[in-house]
Amino acid sequence: MTSHVLSQLRSLEAESIHIIREVVAEMERPVLLFSGGKDSIVMLHMAAKAFAPARIPFPIMHVDTGLNFQSVLDTRDRWVERLGIQLVVASVQDAIDRGLVKEEPNGSRNRIQTPVLLEAVEKHGFDAAFGGGRRDEEKARAKERVFSFRDDFGQWDPKNQRPEIWNLYNGRVHQGESIRVFPLSNWTELDIWSYIAAENMDIPDLYLAQEREVVNRDGMLFAVNEFTPLKEGETSEIRSVRYRTVGDANLTAAVESQASTLNAIVEETAAVRITERGATRGDDKVSEAAMEDRKREGYF
Amino acid sequence: MSTTTENLAEALTDGSTDLLRFATAGSVDDGKSTLIGRLLFDSKTIFEDQLDSVENVSKDRGNDYTDLSLLTDGLRAEREQGITIDVAYRYFATPKRKFIIADTPGHIQYTRNMVTGASTADAALILVDARKGVIEQSRRHTFLATLLGVPHIVVCVNKMDLVDYSEEVFENIRKDFTEFASRLRVPDLTFIPISALEGDNVVNRSENTPWYEGSPLLSHLERLHVASDRNLVDVRFPVQYVIRPQSHDARDYRGYAGTVASGVMKPGDRVVALPAGLETTIESIDTADGPVDEAYPPMAVTVRLADEIDISRGDMIARPNNTPAALQNIDAQICWMDESAPLTVGKKYAIKHTTRWARAMVKDINYRVDVNSLHRDEGVTEIKLNEIGRIQLRVTQPLFVDPYQQNSETGSFILVDESTNKTVAAGMVGGLPHSS
Repeated sequence: MTSHVLSQLRSLEAESIHIIREVVAEMERPVLLFSGGKDSIVMLHMAAKAFAPARIPFPIMHVDTGLNFQSVLDTRDRWVERLGIQLVVASVQDAIDRGLVKEEPNGSRNRIQTPVLLEAVEKHGFDAAFGGGRRDEEKARAKERVFSFRDDFGQWDPKNQRPEIWNLYNGRVHQGESIRVFPLSNWTELDIWSYIAAENMDIPDLYLAQEREVVNRDGMLFAVNEFTPLKEGETSEIRSVRYRTVGDANLTAAVESQASTLNAIVEETAAVRITERGATRGDDKVSEAAMEDRKREGYF
Repeated sequence: MSTTTENLAEALTDGSTDLLRFATAGSVDDGKSTLIGRLLFDSKTIFEDQLDSVENVSKDRGNDYTDLSLLTDGLRAEREQGITIDVAYRYFATPKRKFIIADTPGHIQYTRNMVTGASTADAALILVDARKGVIEQSRRHTFLATLLGVPHIVVCVNKMDLVDYSEEVFENIRKDFTEFASRLRVPDLTFIPISALEGDNVVNRSENTPWYEGSPLLSHLERLHVASDRNLVDVRFPVQYVIRPQSHDARDYRGYAGTVASGVMKPGDRVVALPAGLETTIESIDTADGPVDEAYPPMAVTVRLADEIDISRGDMIARPNNTPAALQNIDAQICWMDESAPLTVGKKYAIKHTTRWARAMVKDINYRVDVNSLHRDEGVTEIKLNEIGRIQLRVTQPLFVDPYQQNSETGSFILVDESTNKTVAAGMVGGLPHSS
């Protein structure tokens, strides 16, 4: 006899599919923000499941900082090809060249991608954008709604959020306003990896451990490549490392790891004692309220 | 790598872990943050860099102890004012279960936040300070949890260390609380003597309470039997989206996508589509991973029917001999959540029920409930922010509803202000859950 109890991964999957379908049913022109990272891949995978055997009925958009790992771009293109979906690229480099945004002194394009994102959303008339944000990532995100209302400047007002009760989502907006939708709100990093392993998904090989040439800067291990070349006086070494997040290639550090398979990553994630952003993202180590500030401006 | 983490990783991938959502209610003083901190810490969910950051901030402020509430108070205004503004969601997992905690602040906007947190909860944790006993706030939180139909209430009698782990104190609180709860509908009520600060009976059984024969909190939560809480009897499938592929290989495909609200559906079952009232048979229940033998809540599936009938989003699939009521006059309890204007008779709102939107007008306010005394105030003309009341609505088209206490999926709705688009109320079809 079956117990009629869904496993926690399948419950999370069902909840996400419900959210994705709800947006498509209620909003005029949704788009899925796709970075090529693990969270956006999981989101895209479930979007495909939500509408099978039909194709995903909305485009995906990549805000291209121009600082991508090649393996991330390759993975993106394989997914686009396999699912037969439309890809919109919003280029940060192009926006810098046009004078919309200015390069920041520390080389991070994290913050300046926000105006590029907002411009593209407006240009294409998107009224709903799916993002891969999770509430376990960061304290400001822990209080974000699944359907997160943004005013006509794309801003988030944490004190003025719509109550979200049961699974009755309210996506009603006026002209020019939009919602950000977070189908992965209730997933943790461990859930993401368990799901990727269970579904044997195609992800950038950067997530898997292998021996790479790295340089140690302030305790963070950066792979030596075109984005992070060796500086004078530095010495590199060969270590078995992998990436826990894949942000801008010039600022994302790797972690020491022997986890070269998906199942090994699940085990490592279950044991790890430091947050993914704390471990690897130079751009998040700004202030206690860094994420909240960026989100208010319209960041994901 | 320890055995625990190996077990956890294995359990999560092989599908033997299920999900439990619980809401915590309480105020700053009764140790709710400490309890959550203890659960997260002892289950190794607090990360080192998070703890470092909290320890540093606590030291900067000159606190004697590490303020674990800083882990959950994520917004700048919350940290500046030392208050919790909004529901925060926290996550932890053991090899048996994954837990989602809806941490609802006790003082500001408590009703709105508690209703939000409890709306999806399998269980509610109510904290009672052993020195103070059952106070107004404990009653209020319990009432709201039962109003939202939370089936399991766990009363944590906290700060047992400050009453010398006295069995008598615990038993008196249990007696008081049980007496009060008998006026409410509480299917499962459990009492646990704990000290969140010292860790007694939170994760590990305490040697300080040899008289206590129950489980520590975490094992209790791990073992709570929630499978039978779901309504597996009344088939309700609100159609969310119609799938018609515009591709050559699946041109004739027509499937009704949705989430099973209640009941168990199987291919071959006779069903009726509402509002059309036409009967047909389930041909197949599809998922992206192939057809399934049965579908039950909360599965997201796509149903194909044997006959071509006109069904669209907002319609409901049920069994011919077991259908929801099709009502345009709705009798409901509502919790008002809008600070800008109260609910008054004659006002019109947008209403969302399952996957259907309609418009609704407030015909009457029967009474407002005093959430502290449970007294019904009749003759009121409005329901204000954080107030609960019983109202009558007239809806522009029939909604397919069941009483909330029988079916929270088809018994719940929200009201939306048509000019601001804000969600202004949570509504539950049917009367109050208590007997008096």
